[in-house]
Amino acid sequence: MVYENPEGIKIGLEIHVQLNKLKTKMFCGCSSDYHNAAPNAQTCPICLGLPGTLPVLNKKAVEAAIKVGLALEGEIAEETQFHRKNYFYPDLPKGFQVTQYDFPIVSKGKVVIEGEDGEHVIGITRAHMEEDPGKLVHLGSIEKSKGVLINYNRSGMSLIEIVTEPDIRTPKEARRFLDKLRNILEYLDIFDGNLEGAMRVDANVSVYWGTRVEIKNISSHKGVERALLYEIMRQKNVIRHGGKIIQETRHYDEGRGVTISLRTKEEAEDYRYFREPDLMPMRVVGWIPSVRETLPELPDAKHARFIEEYCITDMHARALTSKIMLADFYESICAKGVDPKIAATWTADVLLGELNYRDLAISSYDGKKIFFLNTKGMKIENSFKVSDMVELVPLFAEGKISDRSAVEVIRSILDSKGEKSPFRIIEEKGLSKAEDDLVSKVVAETIAENTGAVQDYLGGAEKSLNFLVGQVMKKTKGTADAKTAREFLLKGLKG
Amino acid sequence: MAKWMSVAQVKEQIEESSAEEVISGYLEVIKKSKINGYITVSEKAIEQAKKIDDEGQDGLLAGVPIAIKDNISVKGLPNSCGSRILEGYIPPFNAHVVEKLLVAGAVILGKTNMDEFAMGSSTETSYFGPTANPWDLERVPGGSSGGSAAVIAAGEAPLALGSDTGGSVRCPAAFCGVVGLKPTYGVVSRYGVVAYANSLEQVGPLANNVADIAILMDVIAGYDRRDSTSIDRKMAYQKALVNDVKGLKIGIPKEFFGEGIHPDVEKAVWNSIHKYEGLGATWEEVSMPNIKYALASYYIIAMSEASSNLARFDGTRYGFRNNGENWNAMVSKTRAEGFGTEVKRRILLGTYALSAGYHDKYYLKALKVRTLVKQDFDRALAKIDLLMAPTMPNPAFKIGEKIEDPLTLYLSDVNTCPINLAGVPSISISCGFTDGLPIGLQIIGRPFEELTVLRAAYTFEQITDYHTKRPLEVA
Repeated sequence: MVYENPEGIKIGLEIHVQLNKLKTKMFCGCSSDYHNAAPNAQTCPICLGLPGTLPVLNKKAVEAAIKVGLALEGEIAEETQFHRKNYFYPDLPKGFQVTQYDFPIVSKGKVVIEGEDGEHVIGITRAHMEEDPGKLVHLGSIEKSKGVLINYNRSGMSLIEIVTEPDIRTPKEARRFLDKLRNILEYLDIFDGNLEGAMRVDANVSVYWGTRVEIKNISSHKGVERALLYEIMRQKNVIRHGGKIIQETRHYDEGRGVTISLRTKEEAEDYRYFREPDLMPMRVVGWIPSVRETLPELPDAKHARFIEEYCITDMHARALTSKIMLADFYESICAKGVDPKIAATWTADVLLGELNYRDLAISSYDGKKIFFLNTKGMKIENSFKVSDMVELVPLFAEGKISDRSAVEVIRSILDSKGEKSPFRIIEEKGLSKAEDDLVSKVVAETIAENTGAVQDYLGGAEKSLNFLVGQVMKKTKGTADAKTAREFLLKGLKG
Repeated sequence: MAKWMSVAQVKEQIEESSAEEVISGYLEVIKKSKINGYITVSEKAIEQAKKIDDEGQDGLLAGVPIAIKDNISVKGLPNSCGSRILEGYIPPFNAHVVEKLLVAGAVILGKTNMDEFAMGSSTETSYFGPTANPWDLERVPGGSSGGSAAVIAAGEAPLALGSDTGGSVRCPAAFCGVVGLKPTYGVVSRYGVVAYANSLEQVGPLANNVADIAILMDVIAGYDRRDSTSIDRKMAYQKALVNDVKGLKIGIPKEFFGEGIHPDVEKAVWNSIHKYEGLGATWEEVSMPNIKYALASYYIIAMSEASSNLARFDGTRYGFRNNGENWNAMVSKTRAEGFGTEVKRRILLGTYALSAGYHDKYYLKALKVRTLVKQDFDRALAKIDLLMAPTMPNPAFKIGEKIEDPLTLYLSDVNTCPINLAGVPSISISCGFTDGLPIGLQIIGRPFEELTVLRAAYTFEQITDYHTKRPLEVA
């Protein structure tokens, strides 16, 4: 099957990735851990752009950029240099942004995603280094704001801007690309995608192979998908009514789910790029081999190895490798000698499902515990121990608890914020699997108490058996094994 | 107390009395000043001197006073750059060179007047009014480090720091009859120096004599990791103070003796060359065909960089601010009223030269010319040791004479700005007088060969007395 792209949609993305795992900012010694700092507390004369200050490049930022380039299978420039992008804006303390122009550190990379018609390659045009500006805080909504405060804590943070080819054909592909990219970047350990402002996206989109429109500064992957869906609909409507699409920049209003025109091409700014005279051009070709040695196993490779090594399904492998922290968590469990297939089920299906239900996101893994943060409050508020899963898997494998009980155990661990162990929960809740004689006793009771259903079943209503199984499970508070209950019931009903 | 002292004499004086007494002596002289050389006089100078007396500091410049151009950051002192737009701004940090000076025990007397953001050759574009030339109070001291050169000539400081983007140390040194050095690009850290044109400028020392220049270089030069263009190369500048030029090959680039040169300037420079010849040096004419394009290239590059460097002065965070109905209006009003005419002219021209459609025609072409000029220097300096030429084609002009005619004023940089394009070292020393006004001889060396430049300049001082002449107007 080949996806025909009937509406001629072309989407290209520009992704600003903040290297928030580097200890310091791009050109000064200020800490990059600013998210909980008081406004403007994490600044110095350099990132405030005070007159007379000069930038000193953070070598780690260059190494991270090379790492990204290698992970995206791009070409790394032998020599690279910085330019100034000149424009006035209150969040820009120097009146220019130090960025890269005609000598980006990375060019011609690619990312393979699960596209509309199977594997689909998204070309990476370039990736370059630049500094982050500060952040404006509006007093009230943007429209009604009485004033603007500026927080320069973010000013001077290292960014990598990744620019794709317009190879994306649907909003869903755009979202999948972003998920995949985020995953790769987290594997590289240069980036924590959970932090606010860690990944900001500009999307270029056109329909019927026509004029492109840029949507600026969308902060979530879901937001990108929604903004693109809206924008495609808008463009199609304009054309349907005989209008023309004009090249322009639009803003995505997340609250209302619409895009709003910011400026047309005619009003586009002239950034007057020129080489930053305070930073010398760098030859980085010599750095590449040592950076390559630090490259970890990347998601696709890990996915393939998980299938091979642990004999798990493609779906489980995909889910488990979708986050480096989760993959590491899973491998630590397997390393303890438990059944990898069962561990995969309980981790990928049950634990991940529970996290999703509870609005929790994986935030880190310390080798013993995987931590989750609340996606609303962005605070770490839960965790799950490797040892708990190592305890739980054999209990299930050896038939000591039912699958329903296993789910209950996982839920209870999360309810206790990772405090209670499976043994304790099983004991407290009496979740040990019911003995066969107990089950047969309950089965006999159930048959006696539900004559109607029994008659229905004997009269040919197969569904009634499910009802009876449900009654047995209810009476045993879920400790019975559903399969055993069914067998005993069938035996009882025949007799 | 003698008014015009060398560093050695200042140190003797401190030995005899105290740093406190020496500093208060200078402060007295400054109080009676007729030249408007300082924008700010430091209230902490006496305190600093007392501390040195108490602690018995033994640095190279212990207790020695120095004046600092007002674009070099000194923690706690205003740093106006001669502009209104920095009104109220006090840097919270020291420039690298200032740190070095303080470690060496120097006492900062104050901050000197300058053309606004170092844009000018006369110190007339300062928001704080022009500085007078001590040799003739109706004349300009040169620029843009006019305050630094003038206070030395007037005996208001024995040492000063300036900055040289296209001649801003050498031009006022020539006009005021003092010594001024522009070091090789990268030798002195620019950290804390407010940028006019980053790729061109260096901090440079000014003094009454070459020996003091060498001492000051020993203090301020050296690698600084905070300036990525800084070069890690150790040199002992005082070792250059040797009275010997035998065998030195001097090149005379005829392009530096072009149209409009004052006959007395030409004569004084040739006299100097013949003096060197008498001491055993040889000279030959050299040709530097691309020099004629240097001035145009220099101004395009300097203005382009300046247009970007000065974008940060928007009234948002510090300095002068004039409120408007919104941020854009505030920035417009702040910049309209905060910058002077010459600064605005250069920002506009630089913005134009970098803008789409003109970038290749002006900015890129200027960079190509810069490469050609550099090659001219490389070629010339491959076969000779030093180049000699007039620093300025004319002596100091009258205040107000050229200020309405920017192009004529730009032309006065014709002999100094090529040196900044090439990044080579160059010194200006006093080599004669015309109608009581000093004439400057420019000695240009190979990159990082300040020692040869200083040796030639030092030797010249041993057989001449121009550097001992003092202006009577301020005596």
